[in-house]
Amino acid sequence: MPDLPSPLIPAPLIPANVAGWFRSRGWAPHPHQIAMVEAAEAGDSALLIAPTGGGKTLAGFLPSLIELAERPREGLHTLYISPLKALAVDIQRNLEEPIAEMRLPIRTETRTGDTPEAKRRRQRAHPPQILMTTPESLALLLSYADSAAIFRHLRCVIVDELHALAGTKRGDLLALGLARLARLAPAARRVGLSATVAEPDQLLAWLSRTGRAENGPNGCGVRLVTGRAGASAEVEILTTRERLPWAGHMATHALGEVYQRIRAHRTTLVFVNTRAQAEIVFQELWRINDDNLPIALHHGSLAAEQRRKVEAAMAAGKLRAVVATSSLDLGIDWAAVDLVVQIGAPKGASRLVQRIGRANHRLDEPSRALLVPANRFEVLECRAAVDAVASMSLDGERPRPGGLDVLAQHMLGMACADPFRPDDLYDEVVCAAPYAGLARDEFDDVLDFVATGGYALGNYERFHRLVMREDERMAVAAPAVARQYRMNVGTITQEAMLRVRLNRGPVLGEVEEYFIQGLTPGDTFLFAGQLLKFLGVREMEAQVAKGGTGDPKVPAYAGGRLPLTSALADRVRAMLADPAQWPNLPDDVQEWLRLQRWRSVLPARDGLLVESFPKAGKRFLVVYAFEGRNAHQTLGMLLTRRMERMGCGPLGFVATDYVLAVWSLRTPKNMDVLFDQDMLGDDLEAWMDESSMLRRTFRNVALITGVIDRRHPGQEKSGRQVTFSSDLIYDVLRKHDPGHVLLRATRADAAGGLTDIRRLSDFLTRVKGRITHKDLDRISPLAVPVILEIGRERVDGSATDELLEQAASDLVAEAMPELGSEGNDQGRLAL
Amino acid sequence: MVMDTTIALKGAALAPDPSGALVWPAERTLVVADLHLEKGSAFAARGRMLPPYDTRATLDRLAGLVERLAPARVVCLGDSFHDRRAASRMDAADVERLQALTLRAEDWVWVTGNHDPEPPEGFGGRIVDELALGPLTFRHEAVPGAVGELSGHLHPAAAVLVPGRRVRDRCFAFDGAKLILPAFGAFTGGLNVLDPAISGLLGRPFEVHLLARGKVHRFPAGRLSPDSGPSYTR
Repeated sequence: MPDLPSPLIPAPLIPANVAGWFRSRGWAPHPHQIAMVEAAEAGDSALLIAPTGGGKTLAGFLPSLIELAERPREGLHTLYISPLKALAVDIQRNLEEPIAEMRLPIRTETRTGDTPEAKRRRQRAHPPQILMTTPESLALLLSYADSAAIFRHLRCVIVDELHALAGTKRGDLLALGLARLARLAPAARRVGLSATVAEPDQLLAWLSRTGRAENGPNGCGVRLVTGRAGASAEVEILTTRERLPWAGHMATHALGEVYQRIRAHRTTLVFVNTRAQAEIVFQELWRINDDNLPIALHHGSLAAEQRRKVEAAMAAGKLRAVVATSSLDLGIDWAAVDLVVQIGAPKGASRLVQRIGRANHRLDEPSRALLVPANRFEVLECRAAVDAVASMSLDGERPRPGGLDVLAQHMLGMACADPFRPDDLYDEVVCAAPYAGLARDEFDDVLDFVATGGYALGNYERFHRLVMREDERMAVAAPAVARQYRMNVGTITQEAMLRVRLNRGPVLGEVEEYFIQGLTPGDTFLFAGQLLKFLGVREMEAQVAKGGTGDPKVPAYAGGRLPLTSALADRVRAMLADPAQWPNLPDDVQEWLRLQRWRSVLPARDGLLVESFPKAGKRFLVVYAFEGRNAHQTLGMLLTRRMERMGCGPLGFVATDYVLAVWSLRTPKNMDVLFDQDMLGDDLEAWMDESSMLRRTFRNVALITGVIDRRHPGQEKSGRQVTFSSDLIYDVLRKHDPGHVLLRATRADAAGGLTDIRRLSDFLTRVKGRITHKDLDRISPLAVPVILEIGRERVDGSATDELLEQAASDLVAEAMPELGSEGNDQGRLAL
Repeated sequence: MVMDTTIALKGAALAPDPSGALVWPAERTLVVADLHLEKGSAFAARGRMLPPYDTRATLDRLAGLVERLAPARVVCLGDSFHDRRAASRMDAADVERLQALTLRAEDWVWVTGNHDPEPPEGFGGRIVDELALGPLTFRHEAVPGAVGELSGHLHPAAAVLVPGRRVRDRCFAFDGAKLILPAFGAFTGGLNVLDPAISGLLGRPFEVHLLARGKVHRFPAGRLSPDSGPSYTR
């Protein structure tokens, strides 16, 4: 009589040693783990969507372990790709344990930017069965002539944290890499591991070998496997005993209450939205830490060693709380966390779900989370986010087309590996989802750029990076081209950073160069959880000492603030417009909204409320757009341009995530004209071309395409080299070849990658003909928070840069009184 | 109130122009330094596909100045051509433009530089290693201790902190005895004047004339901000 399969473990699917391992742990495979094995048996690719802690990683590897247990073999079998180096290393360590315990003949190794050269060479000659790597390291591997041999026997590619990679330039690079792998190893399955997302179809398309999901999950050859959802989260919004602040982001009023919660729990993760918030919240918590609880700080600017120490202490259960930014959004699971605190509004429902999921990784226990709104609008936003999480409506982003700069880099890499026929490479590239819609002439333009620069002026004809051989294949023109490609591979381009070193002692971390350049020796600033005195810059490092006096500066980081998502903004609007929902809100907030209804009107869900009122001799215009700070800044820039032409004398503006306030000498008469969609035409073009946002984007494009070199860590200026900024290239190119592919890539990035322009255009369409203008004799209750922001918020961000630029020359004069004393000192040094 | 930024060097009144050129009205002379023509194509020849329009952009600006000021004499202070083969890489239209341009001044002087020790013939003008004109000496590289000297070579730039931001751009550096001109070429960056390579040559105290936002702003050295390091170096 044949053996009957055990009710928990289908015997034909899972071999004895693997099943035995599960039993020895007292575990049974989760249904989603079995579904992943079934998909693999059928040779299908699979997308696994499961919450953190559901055995997701093991589910991804299980089919490979089974295959290798049943049919041991040499050669690369499974490639695992993670967005984080640290995660790749961690996963490798975690996988070693079951492999050893199951006594499987499997070697696992990692390959990242940190892997020594000797080991890399050995890995190419004798690859392990399972290799953990990053998108950049994969691109490098694929650029070698022996890549065909390395990957020939590949059976499986696992992409971890797929939701974090898809839709980014790193994701574009990886998608192109997978398209190449599909040619080298046609039999390899693809496995995507993802957190819960709004639109699984987009990720299915991303994983599929055709780059499309038009035929649904079954048509694209990718199975959708969903993990069991855990017990639903218990999310609470802190109802503070203190009076709710009108404005501000630090929530310092509530930290006493947060501290009490930390005391009452085993381990608490305190999430904040920016590194500046992290520094301040951490300081404040320690100020009131009478019990000397071990509370640590974790953010992306701290030295890697420092971060690893915090992570290790956390894993060992030695900490009671960690104040963290998105640096802990992804990554290793800590079972001990029993409370997650979110300070400030979460800005998006998906992000909130992810952060809540960091608590209580056992699925049978609910995650517990506490939201701490920092001001009145954030109360609304927190409420909206909690509702969104409860109804599982997550924020979806429309997929954006892949970057042409990434494509250019990939083409060069492919030529390094093996000369290609353009037709073949085009067919390959359009199988990557981000490039599925790439037109052939666009492809040819990019190829022309890679080969010869693609400039309209013909004097580069004799300079080639790629040459067409007689067999009609494109090949690299010289070995130097390949070397240059390998030095510059990757799409991560960040602001220039400076290390912060304590009195020639340890390195505390890195801050943006421009922040340090704004300091003079003796200034103090908050960093790495301490008050530091700036001593000066020596050997490319900011030297600091502990302590100091004076009002400390807090590094404000570029891009530190995430804008409110459209889906969440929509919920906030709906809540405002519907008094039936107000009883869920704190009394302070209800009273505030009632006053607004009495004194003005509440913003309608689909329309636009604009209020105007006089204050301090100026006319204020408050626009309740709810489209997020970045979109509001762009809108502010465009509105002030238009008001200038209307003769309204605009004086300035300030943007929050919720509203925009513009002040001027006169109020514009016709709001329909003021908000007409045509502002997105010429004004936007003109502004974009000049904006520093576009210049920054161009710099990234120039780096990714290898027009300018990356500066590698530790590479310091020697002697007298001169800076040669990408701005010079941008200006010259814009003037003499405005249609060049580098500029097209830049504009596409700026308009499509940064969603604010699209949000703005959707917004202007939506409110057309639905604008309510209230002309008031004084400020309305709802307008108070944004008016309080004036002066306390540094006016920063891309949209206002131009205003700053215009002001700068005046400021130069102001900062230089001696310039005024002209005439008398003519011909002499006034020194 | 227009600020006066005239520089007096050994009795000669010199006017720094916001374009980066220097004007000596009394001698109807226009001085530019470090054009680095065909720098873009020099990089392209090594596989770095910088745009090829730098020569055109530089000549456009120079032609605009010649048009506006109608100088009798133009002095190019060396490193006018990025390398020895620059002329052979130059687009035919640009060659013609440069040839036409040198005819527009009675005296066009190419001072030699380290990048162009033998500037190409055939563009018109005369080639000298140094030029003495009245009380002033024109040369590519500053000589320590020289008085009444105009030079280029170092591509000086300066940064000042103003409330809320830092402004960095090309500048003239002047210590009363010598004047170092900023680079004029489109693809030429700048070295901070506080770098010892420049500040070491200048007597203290020195001043800069910063080219920012279409104007020239004069600052004493004490008001300048050092660079913590170049973002991208060449």
